[in-house]
Amino acid sequence: MLIARVVGELVATQKHPSHEGRKLLLVQPLNLDGSNRGDAVVALDAVDAGVGDQVLLTTDGFSAMTTVGRPQSPIDMAVIAFIDSIELVPGVS
Amino acid sequence: MYFGRVIGCAWSTVKHPALQGLRMLVVQPLTPELQNTGKRLLCTDCTGAGAGELVYWVRGKEASFPFLPAEPPTDTTIVGIVDSVHLKAIATPPPAAKAEPAPARNGRKVRKS
Repeated sequence: MLIARVVGELVATQKHPSHEGRKLLLVQPLNLDGSNRGDAVVALDAVDAGVGDQVLLTTDGFSAMTTVGRPQSPIDMAVIAFIDSIELVPGVS
Repeated sequence: MYFGRVIGCAWSTVKHPALQGLRMLVVQPLTPELQNTGKRLLCTDCTGAGAGELVYWVRGKEASFPFLPAEPPTDTTIVGIVDSVHLKAIATPPPAAKAEPAPARNGRKVRKS
């Protein structure tokens, strides 16, 4: 799972039927210091996240499919939670 | 899923029988601002996308799910055609108000006459 920030939304009419009824979000994975970690990806939304939210992104197919509630469908990333805050124990990392 | 643009298609005559009839497209990954990023790759297609269209694709084992019950040996499949991208500028704190420049002092007191 990755920490990420929602940066935008996609609109797609022609898509796989299993993606109907769920928002498509453009999310940017983040490092712990808040800097970008690689390129932005597209994820299906399971928690009604919006632009600017810091979220938890799963990059595993099974987790993504089950959270979105569409088993056996071509989904490999989903936004599965909001992140309210991150606490780092000083001196450990 | 990953976001990009279809820039061409690939033809193959000798291939695994399960790949018969599948379209294979060349895609260029893009950033949300539609700038090229990363290397181009081949994707099978289940949506009927064409050259120039914005698409998103799925990677891994899930790439063969649109073709069930067939299980073609593919690891990237285009699963949607993107009509539009909505980016909103994330609210940033306003820049600190500029302090008035301190009046120049030349080591002399200004006397009011």
